[in-house]
Amino acid sequence: MAIQAYDSRRDDPSSRKFGTFSYLPPMTAEQIRKQVQYMIAQGWSCSIEHVEPPRAMDTYWYLWKLPLFGETDPDAVLAEVDECRTANPGDHVRITGYNGRRQTQGMSVVVHRGVYA
Amino acid sequence: MTTNQGGAKAYSAGVKDYALTYWAPGYEPKDTDLLACFKIVAQQGVSREEAAAAVAAESSTGTWTTVWTDLLTDLEHYKGRAYRIEDVPGDDTAFFAFIAYPLDLFEEGSVVNVLTSLVGNVFGFKAIRSLRLEDIRFPLAFVITCGGPPNGIVVERDKMDKYGRPLLGCTIKPKLGLSAKSYGRAVYECLRGGLDFTKDDENVNSQPFMRWRDRFEFVAEAVKAAEAETGERKGHYLNVTAGTVEDMFERAEFAKSLDMPIIMHDFFTAGFTANTSLANWCRRNGMLLHIHRAMHAVVDRNPYHGIHFRVLTKCLRLSGGDHMHSGTVVGKLEGDRQATLGWIDIMRDSFIPEDRSRGIFFDQDFGHMPGMFPVASGGIHVWHIPALVSIFGDDSVLQFGGGTLGHPWGNAAGATANRVALEACVRARNEGREVEREARAILTEAAADSPALAIAMETWKEIKFDYDVVDKLAAE
Repeated sequence: MAIQAYDSRRDDPSSRKFGTFSYLPPMTAEQIRKQVQYMIAQGWSCSIEHVEPPRAMDTYWYLWKLPLFGETDPDAVLAEVDECRTANPGDHVRITGYNGRRQTQGMSVVVHRGVYA
Repeated sequence: MTTNQGGAKAYSAGVKDYALTYWAPGYEPKDTDLLACFKIVAQQGVSREEAAAAVAAESSTGTWTTVWTDLLTDLEHYKGRAYRIEDVPGDDTAFFAFIAYPLDLFEEGSVVNVLTSLVGNVFGFKAIRSLRLEDIRFPLAFVITCGGPPNGIVVERDKMDKYGRPLLGCTIKPKLGLSAKSYGRAVYECLRGGLDFTKDDENVNSQPFMRWRDRFEFVAEAVKAAEAETGERKGHYLNVTAGTVEDMFERAEFAKSLDMPIIMHDFFTAGFTANTSLANWCRRNGMLLHIHRAMHAVVDRNPYHGIHFRVLTKCLRLSGGDHMHSGTVVGKLEGDRQATLGWIDIMRDSFIPEDRSRGIFFDQDFGHMPGMFPVASGGIHVWHIPALVSIFGDDSVLQFGGGTLGHPWGNAAGATANRVALEACVRARNEGREVEREARAILTEAAADSPALAIAMETWKEIKFDYDVVDKLAAE
């Protein structure tokens, strides 16, 4: 295959990345569900956060309600994601697994890319 | 405090066997004792007990002859004690000697002082043919006097905003000869392609073809441009190792003034004093510290003489560093797999139990001291990623030099190939797949959506992918 130019531009919002799994194609609903299951299996608390695309690099995105402490049903987590998306249709949405013992995020995955104005 | 039950001793000049004073079979080490295990080959005619006692003496209070000033103190309180001797399995030329040192012998917070005693004159001692310091148990009482990693794994993840996967790096090549501006170009290409970090090679300091200040400025622009383009946080290990500590700190301060998140230091060539001071500076200034280990193989490679790398690892964790090179395990050093897993635990864990199958001779408690990221670097490429993810887990930095820069389409595509392969393996692992067993399928699936990965796999396929399923960490 001939040499290809690297297709990434500062003025192209689709060039923005979002941490872990953002170099893979967007995950299907079933793939997202498996990652949520993994977070739950680790004993982490799932949390949903969203933000307007221009603020994507900020540390603190808007917290959707509260982290889902004690929630062990992945479908309940995904239902919250849907509700968050409906309420904030233009925003990026991520699921974060909080590891309380290590006091850090075990994982943080953007599951929906928002629309740049 | 031990009391002298027998009243004052008489002074008797002359030479007596070390074992009379320093061989203490059955001694029960205290929790506060610093313990060491040496591998000893004694000279012909010297008994194991006498050789072990000689090492204990020469590395603590003793010298070759009796001196009257011995009686001005209480050697029972201060002396090191050889308390156990063991065979070295499969080797009748050497034996292990276990020595306990009272905590009082060492200055608080100074691994320098510990090493000056334990690996000082004793290594040139004539009664010993060869000597290797295999392991040290630092008592928790000593550990908590040391600063340790300036940030640690958890804080670094928060600062760099990287979660749920190993971090990716690349050492810029050629290691010497690029101008600062060309060097910054190579950095930019790697980072925009998806790496988290790039790295100065260890011997990049401030040579005439690329002075440090020029390199720092061009690299800073590259880091910031890549961050703006990708929306992710990036860093370059700016090597501040220098000929003097004044120069070292000047470089560190300049990196900070450029808002760079991480600097780098070569702890062994520069020395533990410089390293500890720099780690303290990093802690005060919120700077991450990557540690290189040039010169380590000079002292840790010979199985009969020197210092084992696990000891250097413990000393460095106490002195301070956030990253430490560990070896790759999947490289050419298959025989070292178990030992490598042992020192990876020493870098990251809070408590590491004795485990002779990994060469760990003592329980080691680091208390609340943060852990360091092990850095796997050297001769690895996309085909190794499934094994690396399985062996190292998430808390590691995987560095692909040739495996990034050698991509036929350039650094950015090489970086993307590694990032895609890594994320595919992590996602598969989280889905419950056996990443090493299904390595080829996982990478092939990922390459279907990533021409950069497909080309990388094609480029390095000649490097045989024939290692067996590796015997993974027993605890996982």
